[in-house]
Amino acid sequence: MNLLGKARYLLRITRTHGIVRRYFVVNGFDGALTMLGIITGFLFGAPADLSVTINACLGAAIALGVSGMSSAYVSETAERRRALGDLEAAMAIDLLDTAHGEAARVVPLLIALVNGLAPLLLSLLIILPLWLAHAGLPLPVDPLHAAIMTALVLVFLLGVFLGRISGIAWLRSGLQTLLIALLTAALVYLVTGG
Amino acid sequence: MVSVKRIILDVLKPHQPNALEFSRAIASVGNDYRVTLTVLEVDENTETLQVVVSGDAIDYEAVQSAISDMGGSIHSIDEVEVQSAASSRVL
Repeated sequence: MNLLGKARYLLRITRTHGIVRRYFVVNGFDGALTMLGIITGFLFGAPADLSVTINACLGAAIALGVSGMSSAYVSETAERRRALGDLEAAMAIDLLDTAHGEAARVVPLLIALVNGLAPLLLSLLIILPLWLAHAGLPLPVDPLHAAIMTALVLVFLLGVFLGRISGIAWLRSGLQTLLIALLTAALVYLVTGG
Repeated sequence: MVSVKRIILDVLKPHQPNALEFSRAIASVGNDYRVTLTVLEVDENTETLQVVVSGDAIDYEAVQSAISDMGGSIHSIDEVEVQSAASSRVL
């Protein structure tokens, strides 16, 4: 069994597919909205050097990634240990050297990786136009606007993903998350630039 | 040389892996294993099964190891069919 197959097997026997998916969406959404908030703040606030914006976004992205990984690892380790303990009590045997024991050790790591990488990767994608502009690459639009557009597209795609897994219309679900993002930007505008 | 042709096991296992995956894993231990799995009882966290494994020469230790790896536990060997090499020559 290859690594991906093994990971799928362990997620399947612990029935944690849904948790991984939920963490990906929830924390990915967190990351995208945080970046949107910071960049909108810079757009409507006093003009700042692009490197300041990049550093602020990067700092927040790293913090979101580390926070996502550590919190998910701690909580999921406790959950998996409890589930393994319940199963051991029901089976009346030690399951540490079985697939269930391995799952109790590996699944928290997998969930922590997803929970940490989702906001980090989405944030890096949103920061990308700022980096490109900072590196001297000419962009067709202002880098802050390009980053905001990227954030809105990613939030819409997360909504589409949610719609597909929940079985509701993908367009409606995408528009719902997009509306939340636009409301966030409007709130930031009211507080910082209004 | 005595070969094990068929064994019937009473097994307790967690709900996951499911019956299909569990049977496949046992069958994959040998080249010609045929596995029949019957769920006898379902509890909150476990299932009691009757597992019938048939094949030309069943490696019981390998079957036991496959079951243990998936978190299962063999409670008893309920039926065994073995055949000696001499009798197979006669057949």
